[in-house]
Amino acid sequence: MSAVALLLTLAFLGLAYLAPGALTNLFGLVALGATAFLRLPPQTRTLNLALLTLAFTLGLVRSGNTLGLIGLVGILVALTTLPRIPTWIRGLLGLAILLLSVPMAGFANTFIFELGIQIGIYAAMALGLNVVVGMAGLLDLGYAAFFAVGAYTWAIFGSEQAKNFLAGNFPLPGEYMYLFMLIAVATTALTGLLIGLPALRLRGDYLAIVTLGLGEVVRILANNLDHPINFTNGPQGITPIQRPPIDWFRQLMGTLGVRLDQTTDYQLFFYLLVLLMIGLVVLVNLNLANSRFGRAWVAIREDEIAARSMGIPLLPTKLLAFMTGAAFSGVMGVIFAAQRTFVSPESFTLLASITILGMVILGGMGSIPGAILGAAALTILNLDILKTFSEFVRTSLPQIPSQVDPAKYERLVFGLILVLMMIFRPEGLIPEKRHKAEMEEA
Amino acid sequence: MLEQILALLPQVIFDGLILGFVYAMVALGYTMVYGVLELINFAHSEIFMIGAVVGVEVFRYLAPHVENGFILLLIALILGGMVAGATAILVERFAYRPLRKRGTTNRLVPLITAIGVSFILQDLVRLIEGLWHNEFFLRMRTVEDLEGSVELFGGAIFAQTKSFILMGVSILMLLGLTYLVNRTKLGVAIRAVAQDLSTASLMGIDPDRIISRTFLIGGSLGGVAGVLFALQYTTITPYVGFLPGLKAFTAAVLGGIGNIPGAMLGGLVLGQLENFFGTYLPILTNGNFGTEYKDVVAFLILILILLLRPQGLLGQVVKEKV
Repeated sequence: MSAVALLLTLAFLGLAYLAPGALTNLFGLVALGATAFLRLPPQTRTLNLALLTLAFTLGLVRSGNTLGLIGLVGILVALTTLPRIPTWIRGLLGLAILLLSVPMAGFANTFIFELGIQIGIYAAMALGLNVVVGMAGLLDLGYAAFFAVGAYTWAIFGSEQAKNFLAGNFPLPGEYMYLFMLIAVATTALTGLLIGLPALRLRGDYLAIVTLGLGEVVRILANNLDHPINFTNGPQGITPIQRPPIDWFRQLMGTLGVRLDQTTDYQLFFYLLVLLMIGLVVLVNLNLANSRFGRAWVAIREDEIAARSMGIPLLPTKLLAFMTGAAFSGVMGVIFAAQRTFVSPESFTLLASITILGMVILGGMGSIPGAILGAAALTILNLDILKTFSEFVRTSLPQIPSQVDPAKYERLVFGLILVLMMIFRPEGLIPEKRHKAEMEEA
Repeated sequence: MLEQILALLPQVIFDGLILGFVYAMVALGYTMVYGVLELINFAHSEIFMIGAVVGVEVFRYLAPHVENGFILLLIALILGGMVAGATAILVERFAYRPLRKRGTTNRLVPLITAIGVSFILQDLVRLIEGLWHNEFFLRMRTVEDLEGSVELFGGAIFAQTKSFILMGVSILMLLGLTYLVNRTKLGVAIRAVAQDLSTASLMGIDPDRIISRTFLIGGSLGGVAGVLFALQYTTITPYVGFLPGLKAFTAAVLGGIGNIPGAMLGGLVLGQLENFFGTYLPILTNGNFGTEYKDVVAFLILILILLLRPQGLLGQVVKEKV
């Protein structure tokens, strides 16, 4: 067994050097599968994972084929889930992938940066929603509303939009983005409070439908608050939005020996910023899960009546979960607005809310690595696989009408994922222990 | 301003009534399924949309061959009801039944499945329509017989023939459904399953069959509502079901979910309120807030109701057993 896996890995390493590309990466995914699922001694497995990391990185740098990124995500998942791998190896390889492999690949193909940033933004949001849905068991179908509030908080003041209703020197300089990340925490937590106060008195299904409705209300407001006073600029959206100045970052990278140009400087900056945010969010998540509140949330999720009888105040505890989740989303909204320099109501539809929910469910409700994996899988599927597949269909089968363009069937794919997951694996890809136990019990 | 409001009032009430009947018809389907399974069948909006699409297709293909518009409509209603009912059964069979069989206690699981099914149906219809006609916006073909109109109360109300048909059909649906649930054997079985699924099965009722039939009835009603919706509002897209579906659910909650006359009442009240705000908001605020905010009003009503009277207008308080 171990000889087979090692041989596959070495073959992939050779191929990645000689003939990088989509087919080679597919072969690499097979090798990764063999490493993860065959019965291997831990040393071989660790060695294999290290070699695979090297090979995927090499392939990405040489060809820029995005399948390699899936391989790297796969390795990260293997590192977090497989047993008996030394902790320092897990940490070292994980950091190497995040801080070396992805940026190096990004210089070869800037789309990989873009993918990385989008995955990161969604992963942080999925982690936020994970607090609400996974830990506290409150189904929120309007989560994108908080993302919108955060994004508009910075978009309005980081562009000339604020001139419409305030006297002053707008847009605010880019440095203010950091301040607005804090302000967004406050505005979204406040929105969470406003939405949560009425909605959280309700249970289960009703809560879901009310949050869905309120999410729509926020979108309608974003769409229509261009009159009588122009706050949001309506369906056209707001652009350009200021980004923070990053001269210090260029200098820092220069001293580290990385030469940045116009296309990659902000990409790398935002990529690292998003990574930092995810790190923070994970830390907060871990601490919350083990705190008094985390336990109270789980108690409410498992049995509301029992939790109440034990003296847990339901509404404040639920509100706190709601506001925490909202705040994470708000911060990512600010980063999203600054990174794209453009926001419009289209990014905050029901589909966006359901997509984030889909990430949490796909990964496994309540599970932190699960939420990140779910975000990676759905973002790659949506931004990369469906689009690539569309291009493939368009070029190789031109007689098929454009209505069948796979990129247009995002909902179909999400729907299938949701339904199949619920039927065959409701506990998610990387289940949280307690959830898994609950599902097996049932 | 008051004069303007008063002059428009009869028409506003009439249009609100029509909208209300549409919501009421869709709400019946929500209420039936919720009554039996305690599941918000999100996919019901798409069942409704499928009915509307079938209606458009029937008119497209049969209008040149069938002389009489009313017969054409009858065919459309029957086919729309059948296709939508069949879809509802399939959805139940392949998405909800497996969950029930495993006995998942988590309430989120069926709800998420319902959302997934609703997305699948939207894009499937889009795919089929895309392949078939190469188009996305479907327009209902006009038929002369159904395009008549009358002016009532000295021209205060402009009423179309099809509006009367819509009202008539929805009242028939309500009466039929009430009769079915209260007076027939199937109705007794449905109520038994709604009360207690496992006890009902001990009494010789096959719950799967009854649930399947509930979906069939609810789905067909949704399909018929869809055909009438297409006739009334003429432009249909695969995503057209979402908002009416959400409003119809609001109507069902408003009336007291699980309660059939309640769904009807809730629909009518919501239709009136929505049309009222939709028409008068721009007038009252000098055009500062437009018709778009009528959806906001609907959601705010939903929240208010759930807070003030969660059992709905005609619902009964269910004691929580610990």
